Amino acid sequence: MSLQTPLKKVRGLGSAKDGTEHFWRQRLTAVANIPLALFLVWTVLSSIGANHEEMKALLGSPVTALGFLLLIVSGAIHMRLGMQMIVEDYISNEGLKFVLLMLNTFFAILIAVVCVYAIMKLSLGA
Amino acid sequence: MATPANRTGQRARPLSPHIQVYSPLINMIMSIVHRMTGAALYVGTVLLAWWLLAAAMGPEAYETMSSVLGSWPGTLVLIGYCWALLHHMFGGIRHFIWDMGKGFELQTADMLAWGTAVASFGATVLVCLFAFAGGA
Ligand code: HEM
Repeated sequence: MSLQTPLKKVRGLGSAKDGTEHFWRQRLTAVANIPLALFLVWTVLSSIGANHEEMKALLGSPVTALGFLLLIVSGAIHMRLGMQMIVEDYISNEGLKFVLLMLNTFFAILIAVVCVYAIMKLSLGA
Repeated sequence: MATPANRTGQRARPLSPHIQVYSPLINMIMSIVHRMTGAALYVGTVLLAWWLLAAAMGPEAYETMSSVLGSWPGTLVLIGYCWALLHHMFGGIRHFIWDMGKGFELQTADMLAWGTAVASFGATVLVCLFAFAGGA
C-alpha cells in the first residue's frame, strides 16, 4: 500500500516533466526578444560596409554591447526551450530524446558563451 | 507489434484524423511556419556567433566573414534570416493575443494569420531596401 496520492504519483511522469515554468519562461523571453530582435536588425543595418575598425567601435560601444548581452541571454534561453518543445513533440524514443535534449542544452550554452566572449573582448579587451 | 489497439491490451480507441485529411488553412500554415522559423533561427545563431567572434578576433577573420556573408549566397541567407526573425516575431505577437484569451473568432484568427504573413514580407522588403540603399 502506498500513502502517495494519485496526483503525487503521476507528477513528473509526463513527457515534459514540467509545464507552467517552461511556458512562462518561453513567453517572458519572447516578450524581451521583440525589442532585442529589432535592435539586432538595426545593428546589422548599421554595420553594412563597415571596415574592421568601425565594426569594433560599433560592437564594442557600451549600448550595443549591453544590447547584445541581453539578446544573447534572452535568445539562448528562449531557443533552448523552443527546441526542447520540438524534440518532445516529434521524438518518442526515450533514449534519443534524452540525448537530443542534452545536445540542445549544450548548443544553447555554447552559442551564448561564444557570443558573450566576443562581446567582452570587443568592449573590454585589447 | 505495438498498434494502438493491442499495445496495452485495450480495445481500439478512436484516433484523431491524420493531418493529411485536412485541407490547408492559413492558420495551420502559419502555425507550422512559426515552428520552422523558430528552428531556422536556432540554427542561424551559428552565423550570429561567427559574426561577433570574427569581429572580435581581428581584421583577417573579419574580412573572411564579410566576404562570405557579403557574397550573393550569403546575402540571400541573411535576407532569409531577416524574414524568419520578423515572421517569428509577428507570429509571437499573435501568440500573445491568444494568450490573453482574445482573437479566437474564426475571422479574427484568419486575419491575424494573414496579417503575420503580410507584415513579415512587408517589413523584410523595407529592411532590404534600407540595406541596399547603404544601411543605417
Ligand atoms: C523576435 C522575437 C520573438 C518572439 C516574439 C518569439 C515568440 C515565440 C513564442 C510565443 C513561441 C511559442 C510558440 C508556441 O507556444 O507554439 C516561440 C517558439 C519558439 N521560438 Fe521564438 N520568439 C522570438 C524570437 C526567437 C529567436 C531569436 C529564436 C531562435 C534563436 C526563437 C526560437 C524559437 C523556437 C525554436 C521556438 C519553438 C517553436 C515551436 O515550438 O513551434 N525565437 N517563439
